[in-house]
Parts: sequence; structure tokens; C-alpha cells
Amino acid sequence: MENQKMNPISGAEAVIRCLLEEGVELIYGYPGGAIMPIYDELYKYSDNLTHILTRHEQGATHSAQGYARTSGKVGVAMATSGPGATNLVTGIADAQIDSTPMVCITGQVASHLLGSDAFQETDIIGISTPVTKWNYQITKASEIPEIMAKAFYIARSGRPGPVLIDITKDAQFELFDFSYEKCKGVRSYVPEPSLDTKQVTAAAELINKAKRPMIIWGQGVILGKAEEEFKAFVETSGIPAVWTILGLSALPTKHPLNFGMVGMHGNYGPNVLTNACDVLIAIGMRFDDRVTGNLETYAKQATVVHLEIDPAEISKNVKAHFPVLGSCKESLPQLTRLVKHQEYADWKQLFADHMAIEIKEVINGDTQPTKEGLTMGEVIVGINKFTKGDAVIVTDVGQHQMIACRYAEFVRSKSNVTSGGLGTMGFALPAAIGAKMGAPDREVVAIIGDGGYQMTIQELGTIFQNKTAVKIVVLNNDYLGMVRQWQQLFFDKRYASTEMTNPDFVTIAKGYHIDAQRVSKREDLDQAIETMIASDKPYFLEVCVEKEANVFPMIPTGASVSDIRLK
Amino acid sequence: MSELTKYTISIYTENNVGLLNRISAIFLKRHIDFLSFSTSQSEIPDVFRFIIVVSMTESGVRKIVQQIEKQIDVIKAFYHTDEETIFQESALYKVKSSSLFEERQIQNMIKDSHANIVTVSPEYFVIEKTGFRDETEELRVALAPYGLLQFVRSGRISITKEKMGISEILNSFKQQNKD
Repeated sequence: MENQKMNPISGAEAVIRCLLEEGVELIYGYPGGAIMPIYDELYKYSDNLTHILTRHEQGATHSAQGYARTSGKVGVAMATSGPGATNLVTGIADAQIDSTPMVCITGQVASHLLGSDAFQETDIIGISTPVTKWNYQITKASEIPEIMAKAFYIARSGRPGPVLIDITKDAQFELFDFSYEKCKGVRSYVPEPSLDTKQVTAAAELINKAKRPMIIWGQGVILGKAEEEFKAFVETSGIPAVWTILGLSALPTKHPLNFGMVGMHGNYGPNVLTNACDVLIAIGMRFDDRVTGNLETYAKQATVVHLEIDPAEISKNVKAHFPVLGSCKESLPQLTRLVKHQEYADWKQLFADHMAIEIKEVINGDTQPTKEGLTMGEVIVGINKFTKGDAVIVTDVGQHQMIACRYAEFVRSKSNVTSGGLGTMGFALPAAIGAKMGAPDREVVAIIGDGGYQMTIQELGTIFQNKTAVKIVVLNNDYLGMVRQWQQLFFDKRYASTEMTNPDFVTIAKGYHIDAQRVSKREDLDQAIETMIASDKPYFLEVCVEKEANVFPMIPTGASVSDIRLK
Repeated sequence: MSELTKYTISIYTENNVGLLNRISAIFLKRHIDFLSFSTSQSEIPDVFRFIIVVSMTESGVRKIVQQIEKQIDVIKAFYHTDEETIFQESALYKVKSSSLFEERQIQNMIKDSHANIVTVSPEYFVIEKTGFRDETEELRVALAPYGLLQFVRSGRISITKEKMGISEILNSFKQQNKD
């Protein structure tokens, strides 16, 4: 490669060389007219760079997201101009709101055609602006190295996010002298605000005086690669810790100080006690409305310490009395050195008391049902049993997602892949493909509802073509279950457009030559899960579950976290 | 808490084609209108400055400035009340030349309001006035009966009383990159 440096190369080849310089091994995409020069170079570089052809561009973005979430690297997705580019938008928006590092590369019509409504021209820069961390249109080949380096730097640094680079076709053909330098900084961009040690000291003093402190952690712990630092802080302080949906798996499920999930379908104790704690320590989380319920009545009694990398999150939704800006990988060890261990026995007893109520009122019925219909909860418990809680669990959006996050067990971080902020149905199947490729040695189980599954079902083709050994579990209740639950509770059971007449999912899977099975009886469930997990190939399992079951506990929209309903 | 105040948002940016779209999208997403908008070169070469006037709550404007500052190509963003800034707007008024000669009071209006005549032709003449909104507005109302052929007012331009410190921010970046 060295001696090629002085020979001019095409913009298209430069794109591939940039990807290799950034350590990219895998990209997801779909070819088309305006990106053909880059695909031509991919063909030449196929020994160095693997391209996974998804069946739809949306699948490419979700796969790239799944890959990023389990590998901790930047996911890359590629598409052509026009519809190729617009099909990326849902995945980009999902990555933006869930802070997933991703670089999307789109082809664009030749620069002399820009603005002429040319074939497959669309203003993807304009369209993607509100949902990207950064985007840029390249019209000259010479811009490619610097912009690509900047794209990867921005996507992965600070609070990660998606970057879109649009490259006109003439820039892909143009020849220039290529040289690459990694981006080390952008003058208008501060990825990690510097840590104010005075704030850390003040926070530690407050924490040490607290009688009923509570930690809520989010994905920031995982994105900051700070799981060890976080665990040390929790164990040193002895403070009960609860998680947001995206923070899940950063601390093992069975850790004695892991007290469960906050939020709309979170655990009873963590929600109720949010309004009883005296100090609330928020770590790498953003007080989403699904976490807080009604802000007017959210943790008003508490003094809030907020460890956060993104200054725009400070006091955005909940006032931070003690903001600690910076990466929690840096701030947590400083805080750990200053906090004193306390038992908080009475306080922890309150969590235990609430858990006892939740077990009796909700969890027993979900996980050890005595009624005839299969529950989603018992399927998750069955999966826990055969994966020993050491699988990557990929979920879609809806009832199955909430049940999976409530009951799936985790022993390792980066094991929960779900669409949290955007709530993108159709996320799980393609995300599972990327999750498996990002962590090939791990068991990856996608848990999907019958609605979301059919939004991206075509990615079975990608799984078949690449022999991606993901395990797909469709929890089929023949309904868009979460919407139906809301219709039942808040719209007097008017089930408008939520019942689904479904195809034979097993036959469809078999059409893609994927081993498949359907279960509808309790006595067959364990055997089916065992067979699925034992397989070293892709496997599809449909479980026909109770049609009109509901997910509880639940904080109705606009209600206070402490008014969480158990039924 | 929910009291609306007029705030001037100043944004120092890199010159990037897509940045205007990115900044306006932040306002659009929250359904907030600009009362005024202008952009120009700043005191630092290659650094641009946006001046946006909004009517918002203090907490609302703080959050929106945080979101603006988060954008990659934004160097720094601030918000200020009118008391904290020196600000002006410019207006141009096009009037039929005949009325200048027929209606003597127009000449007095121009003199009294410290406006300038920019150009005069046989058909029309153009007056320029710089000042506060109520001053340019007062002249517009005064001239209206005589037939305003055209009227235009610029967005607010504004300079803060306090120091902005943009050069320091840019220098500290240079320093970090040397280390």
C-alpha cells in the first residue's frame, strides 16, 4: 500500500481506504446507481472489508446499530441516493436518540445535477440534519480523507451518535493523491467537558450525609466503558442502584445492590422510592419522560447529583443540584475515593418490601403462571434457564420488550440491545444480525412481537445468506399488544386496528431454510428453547402466547412515578 | 417561571453550509419562532456570528442555547437580555420623489428622525434609518400616508456589554492540539 500513496486513486477507493484506516471490518448496506463506484471498490477490497447485503436499507442501519452496541465500535451503513438514503432515516433517528456511534455513507447524484431534481436525487443532508450528530456533503474527492476521519471521530467521541456523509458520484470517480490522518479534534467541539473536582467533592459530601440515597444509571456507563468504575462506586458506597432500559446489563442482574428498573413498566420499588429518596444520583442517564412520568411530581424531595457527559442534559428535564460534567469513567473513580460505605439497611428493606408486593401481585403470575395461556414472562424465564443469563438479548418494541427487560437475566455488559428512545418497531431482527456479528462468540437471542417482526421480516434473507446464527423468538399474541393494552385501559377496549391476522411464520422461516418450530403448550416450551439454544445455526421459534395479557406494573402517561399501578 | 422575555441569542460558528438548517431545526422542533435573525462575519476571521431574537422563558432559552452549543460546528452560544446588549436594526424606505417636493413635512421627518437619504432619482428616493425597533417603526408609520413604495427592516444586530472570549476558546483548542 505504501507505494500507492503517490499514485492518484479515485474518491471511491479513498472511501474504502478511510474505512480500513479506521479499523472497520464490517459494513452493512445496499447498492444502487449513485454509490456504484464505491461498491466497485468494495469488490476489489473484499478480502479486507466485509459487506453485508441487507434486504432493505433500514435493516442496514439497525444492523450497524446492533453491531455497535455489542462490539463498542462504530457501526457503518451504506446506501445509494434518493430512496436508499431516505430508508436510512429511521435507523439514524434511532441511533441519535439512543446515542449509538454510527457512520452512514450515501451516494449522491453528480454535483452538477444537485438541485435539478435529478433521478434519485434527494436532499439527504436537509432530511437527516435534525437526527444526526453531524452530517456533510462531499463534492470533491480531495475532501474525503479529512471528512471521513472527522466523521468517525465525531461518531465515537463524547456522547456518541450517528454521522451521515453524502458523496456525489463525480467525487467518487475523481482521482486525487490520497493520504490519511486520523482526526484528533475539532475546534468547535468539546467531546468531554473537563471534570470539576470541586463538584465531585461537593457531591461526595452530600452523598455521605444521605440517609436514603438512590443511584439511577443509564447507558452512559456502558458507552463510557465504565462498568468496572461503576461497580466499584456502587459497592464502595453501598447505595441501592436501579437502571433505565438502556443501562440494563451494565451491572449483573443478581448483583446484591441491583434493585431493578425505573420507568413506565419498571419495578415497583424503584419507581415508588424515587419519590422517597433524599439524594438521587443519576449516572449517564437523561431523565426521559418514560423514566420520570409527571415531572411536576418527580423526586421533588430529592437533591439531584447528575454525572453526565452532555452539558445539554443538565437540568433539561430534572433540575441537577450538583451537576458533575465529564465522562463517568473519570468522575466515578474520584467519587468512589470520597464516599463512605454505609449499609442503608432500613432503606434497602423498603426496596425488599416493595419487591415482595410486586412478586405477589405481578411477577408470580408473569413467570410461574397457573392459567392455561402461555405468558411472555415464562418464555423469558425459560431463555434465562438455557442461556444461563449470558446471552445478548435483542428486543423490538412493545409488550415483549418490557417483559424481556423486566425478566431477562444478565451477567455481562453490552448484552441488552433494544430501541429505547425512538421505540422503533422492526428494530430487533436486523439489530440481532449486527449484534451477533459484533459479538460472534456470544449467544444472541432476538425477542420480537408479531407486529414488529413483520416490519423487517425480509432480513431473514440476510440471516440465511450469511448463516448468521441468531436465535429468533417471536412472541405471537396476534395483536399489536402494547397498543391493544392502552386501548383496553384508556380507550374502553376499542381495539382499533390492533388485531393481526398473521401468516404461518414457521413456513416463512423454513422458506429461508431456517430451522423453525412453533410452541403453544406450556409442556413443550422448555424443550423448544433448549433445542433452539443448542443449535449452532440460525433458529426461529414462534411462541403463541396469551392474546390479551397486559404488562404491569405501569405508570399511566402523565401520572407520578409513585402512582405506579400493579394491575 | 413561565414569564416570556425577549432574549438575544448570539452564536459563534464555523462557516458550514448546513449549519443554518441545523440551527433553525432546533427552534422548529420546539415550535419557537424567530422574532429576528441575522448572520455575519464576526470579529475573528473565518468565524461567523448568528444573532437570533426570541421571546421565551429563561429556562426555555437556556435549554435551547445548550442544544445549539451542542452542535459540532458551533463554537459557543450565549443568551442575553436587552439590558445586557447594545443593539440596533436598520430600515430602508422607498418613497416617490414627487411627494418629497409636494409634501414639505417629509423633509422635516427625515431631519427630526436623524434618517439619511441614501439615493435620489427622478422617480423615487431611498431613506435609511438605524435605531431601535420603535424608532424605525415610528418613521414607517409617519411615511406611510405619503405612499411607501417599499419598506424593509433588517434583523437585530447586537453586541454584548460583557466580554465573549471566543479567541480564548479557539486558542485553548490550538494549545490542546499542540500538547
